[in-house]
Amino acid sequence: MSSRGSKLGARTIALGYLALLLLAPVAMIFYRTFEHGLGPVWSAVTAPNAMHAFWLSLEIVAIAVPLNTVFGIGMALLLERGRFWGKSLLGMLIDLPFAISPVVVGLALVLVYGKTGWLGNWLSGHAIQVIFSVPGMVIATAVVSLPFVARETMPVLRELGIDSEQAAETLGASAWQTFWRVTLPGIRWGVVYGVVLTTARALGEFGAVSIVSGRIEGQTQTLPLYVQDRFENFDSTGAYAAAVVLALMALGTLLAMSLLTRRTHRRMLT
Amino acid sequence: MASPPRNSGGALALGPRRSPRATGARLRAGGAGALGKGLLGIYLSALVLLPVAALLAKASSGGTGAFWREISNPEALAAIKLTLAASAIVVAINAVFGTLIAWVLVRDEFRGKRIVNALIDLPFALPTIVAGVVLLALYGKGSPVGVDVAFTRASIGLALLFVTLPFVVRSVQPVLLELDLSMEEAAASLGASPLTVLRRVVLPSLTPAIISGVALSFARAVGEYGSLVLITGELPFKTEVGSVYVFGQISNENLPAAAAVSVLLLLVALVVLGVLSAASRRRSRHVL
Repeated sequence: MSSRGSKLGARTIALGYLALLLLAPVAMIFYRTFEHGLGPVWSAVTAPNAMHAFWLSLEIVAIAVPLNTVFGIGMALLLERGRFWGKSLLGMLIDLPFAISPVVVGLALVLVYGKTGWLGNWLSGHAIQVIFSVPGMVIATAVVSLPFVARETMPVLRELGIDSEQAAETLGASAWQTFWRVTLPGIRWGVVYGVVLTTARALGEFGAVSIVSGRIEGQTQTLPLYVQDRFENFDSTGAYAAAVVLALMALGTLLAMSLLTRRTHRRMLT
Repeated sequence: MASPPRNSGGALALGPRRSPRATGARLRAGGAGALGKGLLGIYLSALVLLPVAALLAKASSGGTGAFWREISNPEALAAIKLTLAASAIVVAINAVFGTLIAWVLVRDEFRGKRIVNALIDLPFALPTIVAGVVLLALYGKGSPVGVDVAFTRASIGLALLFVTLPFVVRSVQPVLLELDLSMEEAAASLGASPLTVLRRVVLPSLTPAIISGVALSFARAVGEYGSLVLITGELPFKTEVGSVYVFGQISNENLPAAAAVSVLLLLVALVVLGVLSAASRRRSRHVL
């Protein structure tokens, strides 16, 4: 009885905490956004600057995520299959973006690629603009979402073992064939999970992109930057509408994540 | 040879192989492996190594004296202290509520549990600026529940609790799933009260996981920016945290000050991650 009672008490406290911190605020923003109907939301979402910000966000994601995916798979193979000096140091280096504030990432990139940065002279000599333009925003996005694919792929790679890879090689497969036919199919759900996390992080990145973009309206403004801009200009309809678009993408990510975890769990059980 | 990175042949080369074909494949893989490693190295240097080196160089360009002057500037110092205090309070709350939520998700059964479980990750999926807007919609000006924390120090805690929520839950949950129920049942059958079972049996096995969740929360809280921008109002000496101070100094083109405080924030995050992960490793060895 008392155990039942304490269970119920714990459940009430835990769910109450989640409701107050997570659910109620998120529900509130959906209510606020749609309280005057769909019309104002639609016109806010289709405003030229909003559309531009939306497409720019997608463009950056479309460049940064594939780059990080290839890097993440390569790094995971190197860290799991390779044997070399300094491996654990390299592992820590990959995780570094998780420990750095996005603002600090932005600053560090300005110090390298900015006008007065280490590569500033060389870049301007070749008429390449990185900071305050899209390349810099892609780099910033790639940095903050760098570790996910490697981190999600490594445990799957470890679990997969090297038996089937060895078998493939014994049967005469080249390293390239072994990778495409044996290794990649074995780790694909780990990679996909990492890609989902990378995409979510890339879409929502704010601090680092805010610094390297220069926040030029209609030019270097991503969707998260647009939300801030609208909010600070007291356009709550515009801010809420754009925030809801991003929130819906986040909910889509959650759905993908929970479907994928169930999938990987099934695979581990069988 | 101009192909993307391949699986390095190293791990496959177990034991001597005489077949010329296998040796050829391994040699080719070795060449491509070197190319792949080179590309990985360039990417990592461009994105992480070079920027971090430039940051350290900037922070130390004026010598240690200049570094300390930047850190001990009153506004910077206030921001750093506020960051550390807010992060410490937030991770303490996370340790308690995160463990409780994990316990409820593992040991309790109720309708909609799967949805609640999936929602835990929402703060990771939601863009940080949206987190700020979301919290302001309910707990900001014109709050429908009459709670307005905007531009107060409480807003820092609220935003940080929101964005760091998943860390402790997600690190405790798997350990709790693996935990053998029979130990708890044995303790209970020997007459231990639920509280004693919790304190003497459950919590000791969870401590390493709680510590590592707390470490991750702390590192995240120290560097958090996006969720704080709108809700805190960025008021110097009142609600300005370290990352917001750094942002302000970058905008003022005072890069040495920005770099100095950045390096300090980075060091704090790394030390906390390093010390706590070492502690949780030792703890888990001890438990085993």
